[in-house]
Amino acid sequence: MSSLGGGQPGEGGLPAAAPEPVDAPDRVKVGVDEWVAEAEGRRAARSGLTGALVRVWERLPAPARLAILIGPFAIFPFITNEGNLYRYGLITIIYALLALGLNVVVGFAGLLDLGYVAFFGVGAYLYGIMASGHSGHHLQAEIAIPIVVISTALFGLLLGLTSWRLLGDYLAIVTLFFLQAFVIFVNNANGGLNDFSYPFVGKVDLTGGSNGLDQIDPLNFFGYHITTTKGYYFFTLISITLLMTMLYFVNGSRTGRAWRALREDPLAAEVMSVPVNRLKLLAFMFGAATAGFSGTIYGAVQSGAFPGDYDVGLLITIYAIVILGGLGSIGGVVIGALVVNGAPELLRSSSNARFLFYGVLLLALFIAMRPWYKPVVVLLGTIAFGFAVHGIASAVWSRGTAGHIEGGGQLGRALEHWVLLPRNTSSIAGWAYFALIVAALVLTLLRGWWRALALIPTLYLASFVWENKLVEQVSGATRLILLGGLLVVIMNVRPSGIFGTSRVEIA
Amino acid sequence: MAALLELRDVSKAFGGLQVIDHLNLHVDEGEIVSVIGPNGAGKTTVFNLITGIYHVDSGEIVFEGDKVSGLPPHAITNRGIARTFQTLRLFLNMTVLENVMAAEYGQTKATALEAMLQLPRARREEKRIRKVAEEKLAFFGQRLAGYRHDQPAYSLSYANRRRLEIARAMATNARLLLLDEPAAGMNPHETHEITELIGKLRDDTDYSILVIEHDMHVVEGISDRVIALDHGVKIAEGLFDEVATHPLVIEAYLGVRAEAEAV
Repeated sequence: MSSLGGGQPGEGGLPAAAPEPVDAPDRVKVGVDEWVAEAEGRRAARSGLTGALVRVWERLPAPARLAILIGPFAIFPFITNEGNLYRYGLITIIYALLALGLNVVVGFAGLLDLGYVAFFGVGAYLYGIMASGHSGHHLQAEIAIPIVVISTALFGLLLGLTSWRLLGDYLAIVTLFFLQAFVIFVNNANGGLNDFSYPFVGKVDLTGGSNGLDQIDPLNFFGYHITTTKGYYFFTLISITLLMTMLYFVNGSRTGRAWRALREDPLAAEVMSVPVNRLKLLAFMFGAATAGFSGTIYGAVQSGAFPGDYDVGLLITIYAIVILGGLGSIGGVVIGALVVNGAPELLRSSSNARFLFYGVLLLALFIAMRPWYKPVVVLLGTIAFGFAVHGIASAVWSRGTAGHIEGGGQLGRALEHWVLLPRNTSSIAGWAYFALIVAALVLTLLRGWWRALALIPTLYLASFVWENKLVEQVSGATRLILLGGLLVVIMNVRPSGIFGTSRVEIA
Repeated sequence: MAALLELRDVSKAFGGLQVIDHLNLHVDEGEIVSVIGPNGAGKTTVFNLITGIYHVDSGEIVFEGDKVSGLPPHAITNRGIARTFQTLRLFLNMTVLENVMAAEYGQTKATALEAMLQLPRARREEKRIRKVAEEKLAFFGQRLAGYRHDQPAYSLSYANRRRLEIARAMATNARLLLLDEPAAGMNPHETHEITELIGKLRDDTDYSILVIEHDMHVVEGISDRVIALDHGVKIAEGLFDEVATHPLVIEAYLGVRAEAEAV
C-alpha cells in the first residue's frame, strides 16, 4: 500500500502534485494505464495473509515450487501405514495425474471435454486385455504401456475431430455421449449371446461385462514386478513429477501459448497464424494419453477394471479437482486432488470429522465477522450459554444429559459436559435440525449486534444437531455435506481456484 | 510497381444478400490504401475474405502473385497478411509479451515434444521470438514498454489494446497489414497519435497497409489512395480529394436531395 502512496494524486499528495506541469507524463492518473495496472496490486495488498503467501509463492523459482509440492508426498510413505498410504496417498496422486491431462484439455485449450474419464477406462481395460489372468495374455509393462498410451492418444484424436465443428456446450454433449457409449460397451462386451462378433476372431470376452475384467497383472518392467502399494506410489509419484515438469515447459512454449490463445479467442488465434484445428487435436491426444497412462496404473493397482469405476461420478471428481486447483494451473491440480480425495477419506472417522466441523465453524466466524472482538464475544457467549443450558438441564431433565459422545476423543469428552445429549435422539434431533435451518434463515434478517446475539443459541443448536444427528452418519451423507461446505468456503476465499489466477471475460 | 495484393472480380453473398459484388481492388507495395463507406458497405467483409475467414463465392484473391483464396486463415497469415479487428480480439488473459509471441507461432517449428524435453531447437526459437516480440513492442515507445510486458493484456487501456493488436499483427512477419478501424473509440489526441503511427509503419518498416477508417481526418492524413464502397460495389477510387468530392460517395453517405429524386 505504501509503495503506491507517492505517485497517487489526492492521496495526501497535494503538495507534491501542485508544482508539476499540468500534463506531467509520469504522473499516475486515475483511469489511466498505470492506475488500472496497479489495481490488482492494491487488491492483493489488502487481502493480507493470502496475498502475502501468493506473492512469496510467485517469487519462488519453478524447481523450488515443484519441490514444495512434491516433497511432502515423497516423505509421506515413511510416516504412515499401508492402508493410509493407499487411501490418502496413492489414490490422490493417481487422480492428480489424471487431472493433469484434463487440465491440458480444459485448462489450457479451453475445450469442454466431458468424455475424458472414458480414456482412463480405456487405459485400464486395454492393459487388462494385454496382461491379465482374464484374457490369458501377460504382456510386460514396458511394451504394454507404450501401446496403451499410443492407442488412447488415437482415440483422443478421433474424439477430438468432433471439436473441429463443435464448441462449448455442443462439444460437451458429444463427448459425454462418448463416455456413456464407452460404459455401455464395457458392460456388454463379454462375448455373451448378444455380443458383437468381431472380424477374424469371432466372439471374444473382451471386458468381462458388468462383472468387470479381473486378475489384471501387476506392472512388470523387464521382469521386475511392482507388487506393493509403496512401489506403485513411487512409480506414480515419479511419473507425475516428470509430467509436471514437461507440462511446465510446454506451457511456456509456442504450443502452450497457442493453446491458451485458442482458449481466449479461437478466431483471433487462427488469424494470428495458429493452426487451431491441429492444436485442438493435439490437446485431446495429450489428455487422452495421460488418462490412458494413469488408467493403466489404476487397473494394475486395483488388479481389475470395473465399468462403474469410469462413470460420471469420477468425471465430476476430476473436474472438481481441476477447478478447485485453478483451471490451467499445473501445481493446483495436486492440491485440488489432495482436498477432493483426501478430505472425504479423512472425514470417515467421526473424531476427524468433529475437528473439521468445529474448525470450519470457527474459521467462518472469524473470517465473516468484523471487528475482531465480535466473534470473540460470540465464541465466549456460546461456551457460557452451553454450560448454562447443560447445568439447568442436568438439574431438571436428567434424560437430556444421559447420552454419550459418538467416537469420543479428547474433544469429545470435553463436549460431554457442554452439549445436551438426550438418550433417545431420533425425533428430537430431527426437530432440532429443522429448527437450525429456521434459525439460520432468521440470522440473515438480523443486523449488527442482534445478529451476534442470535448467533449464540444458533451455534449451540448447530453443535447439538451435529453431536446428536449428523455425526452418526459421518461415513455417509454428513461427509458429503461437510465436503460441500468446505468447497464452498474454499471457493469463496479463492474464487478462481486455490492456485488459479483471476481471469476476465470481457469481449 | 507490382501489385502486392489483388482482388479479382470477387463476389460474396450471405443467402440472398449480395455483400460483395464483383469487386476489383489492389494494393501496391509500400502503399497505404483506405477503404471507406457507410455502415454495411462490406468493408469488414473484404477483410474477412482476404484473411480467409470467409470463402469467396467467385473470383480470386492473389497475394505476391500466388492465389491465396481457399487457403485456411493461418496459412494466409503465414504468406504475409495480418490483420487487426474492429472489435478488439486480444488474448486478454495472457501477458502483453505472450500476446505478441503467440502470433509468432507460424515462424517457429519446434514440436511439443521438443519443448517438453527443452531440446536446443525449442530453446533457440524461444529466445529468437522473444527478441522479435520485444522489438515489435519497442516500436510503440513508452506505451507498451518495460514492466508492461509481463502484465495481462486486460490491464491495458483501450488505446493501448489497439496498439497491442497492431504489434501482434506485425509479429506475424506480415508484409501487408489490414487495419480495421484503428482509430475507433479513440479521443482526438489518441487519433492523431495513431495517424502518425500508421505513417511511421510504412516509412520506417516498409509494411503495405490496407485500412478501414471512418474518421475522415485520419483517412486524409494517411492515404495514398482511397477506395469507397457501397453495398459491396466500388463506387469511387483515387486520391482523397477526388473520392471525397465524388457525387456517388456523397450520395452514399448523405442520400439524394429531394428535388434530385423528383426528377
